[in-house]
Amino acid sequence: MTENNNLIEVKGLCKSFGDNKVLKDINTTIKKGEKVVVIGPSGSGKSTFLRCLNCMEDPTSGSIIFGGENIADIKVDINVHRQKMGMVFQHFNLFANKTVIENIMLAPVLIGKKNLKKQKRDNLLKKLHLKKGEPVPVTTTLPEIKEKARANAVDLLKRIGLEEKADAYPSSLSGGQKQRVAIVRSLAMDPEVILFDEPTSALDPEMVGEVLELMKELADQGMTMVVVTHEMGFAREVATRIVFMDEGRFVEENTPEKFFNNPQSPRAIDFLSKVL
Amino acid sequence: MLDFDVKIAKFLEQFIDKGAYANVLEGLRNTMIIAVAGLVIGILIGTLIAIVRVLPKYRTLPRVLDGFCSFYVGLFRGTPIVVQLLVFYYVVLPLMGFTRLDSVTVAIIVFGMNSGAYISEIMRSGILSVDPGQMEGGRSVGLGYGATMMKIVIPQAVKNILPTLGNEFIALVKETSVVSFVGATDLYKAFRSIGSRTYEYMVPYLIMAMIYIGVVCIITLGIKLMERRLRKGDRK
Repeated sequence: MTENNNLIEVKGLCKSFGDNKVLKDINTTIKKGEKVVVIGPSGSGKSTFLRCLNCMEDPTSGSIIFGGENIADIKVDINVHRQKMGMVFQHFNLFANKTVIENIMLAPVLIGKKNLKKQKRDNLLKKLHLKKGEPVPVTTTLPEIKEKARANAVDLLKRIGLEEKADAYPSSLSGGQKQRVAIVRSLAMDPEVILFDEPTSALDPEMVGEVLELMKELADQGMTMVVVTHEMGFAREVATRIVFMDEGRFVEENTPEKFFNNPQSPRAIDFLSKVL
Repeated sequence: MLDFDVKIAKFLEQFIDKGAYANVLEGLRNTMIIAVAGLVIGILIGTLIAIVRVLPKYRTLPRVLDGFCSFYVGLFRGTPIVVQLLVFYYVVLPLMGFTRLDSVTVAIIVFGMNSGAYISEIMRSGILSVDPGQMEGGRSVGLGYGATMMKIVIPQAVKNILPTLGNEFIALVKETSVVSFVGATDLYKAFRSIGSRTYEYMVPYLIMAMIYIGVVCIITLGIKLMERRLRKGDRK
C-alpha cells in the first residue's frame, strides 16, 4: 500500500438489508491525505457506504482493502484495523458511564494492555520453544501505558480547550463539546483515516461552527478524511474530492470547484439547486 | 381476651431464658447468607445468559448456547422453587454423588440458579435498553465486542436495572422461607420451633414478620443509596 499511496481500496462493494439493495457495486480508492466529502439525498446510501468502510455494517459482497488486508473478510481481525480507522458519529456515542478523559484513554489503555499481555505470552512460548523466533524484550509496563495515555488525552483536551472538563461526564457537555471530544477520542488511537458520519447534523446551529473548525484543523494537518455531511460550505472549502451518491451508486465524482460550479448529472444538478 | 401478656411472657421465656435467640440469630444469618450468595450467583449466571442471548447469531455456537439458555430459563421459571429445592436435595445432587452437602449450601446453589434465570431476563432488557451507539462507539475505536460489553454496555445496563435487581433481592430474601423443606434453619424455622415448644404461635410469627419487614426496609434503603451513587454520572 505504501508504494501507491492508496489507503483504502473499495472493490465491488454491495450492501443489502434484506431485499433492499442500499449499495450497488461501488468502486473507489481513497488516497493518503485525501478529504473525500460524500453528499447526496437522504436514503442514497451515504451513511451505509461510510459504515461499510470500517465494517460497522458488514458488506454483503465486495472487498475493502486497508492496511494490505481485505477487511470485509470475516476472518480478518477487524479490531486491529479499526484502531487505525477512526469514526465520528452523528450522535457522538461517547461512553456515558465514563468521564471525558476516560473516554479518550479507554481504548489506548485497554488495547495497550492487551498487546502487552500478548507480547509477554508470545515471549513465554518462544522461551519454551513452542513458538519460533527470539523473544522480544518487553519495554513498557501497564502504569507506563496508562501514564502515556493520560498525558496524550490531556494534550488532546488542551487542543480543543476542554481540559477543565476532563473529569466531567459527557451528559454535562454541550453538543458541540461532545462532538469535539468524540473527534479527539478517535484521534487518541492515532488513526490513518477518520470517517465522519454527519458529524454536525445533531447539533444546534450555533455549535456547528466549532466542530467544523476542528475538522478543518485536522484537514490542514494532513489527516485523511471521509466525510458524510450536508454542510456544503465545508465541502466546498475542505474537500479534495466530492462524491455525489444517489440510489446506492456514485453518480458523480469531481473536485469541489467543478462539482459545485458545473455539475454533470441531472440528479446532481437537481440536488444542488435544492440545497444551495 | 387473647391474654397478650401471657403470650409475650411465654415467648420471652423461650427467647431469652431458654436461649432461642441464638437459634433466631442463626436463622437470620442463614436467611441472609442464602439470599446474598444466591443473588451473587444469580447475577453471574444471569449476566452470562443475558450476554449469550443478545449475542449476534450468525454462527452456530451462539445459536446452540442460546438454545441451551432458553431451556435453562424455561426450566427454572416453570417450576416452583420448593420443587427445585427438593429435586436438587433429594435427586440431582445425590445422583451426581454429592450426598453430604449441608442444606444451606444446597439452598445457596438452588436459589442462585433460580434467580439466575430471572436475572437473565432482567439483565437482557437492561442490555437492550442501552443505546446501540454505545456499542458502536466502543467498536469504532478498535475495542472488541467483549471488551465493549464489559466496560461500557454492562455497567450502564446494571445502572438501568438496579431498581429491578433490588426487587429480585427482596423477593429472594422472602423466598428463602421455604428452605426448611430441606432442613436448613432460617428465620421461619427458628420461630416455628419457639412456637411449637409453647403451643403459642401468635407472638413468634408476629415478630418474625416484623423482622422480615425490617430486613426488607434496610435493603430498600441500601438500594436507594447505591442508585443515587450510580446516578451521579447522569446529572451534574
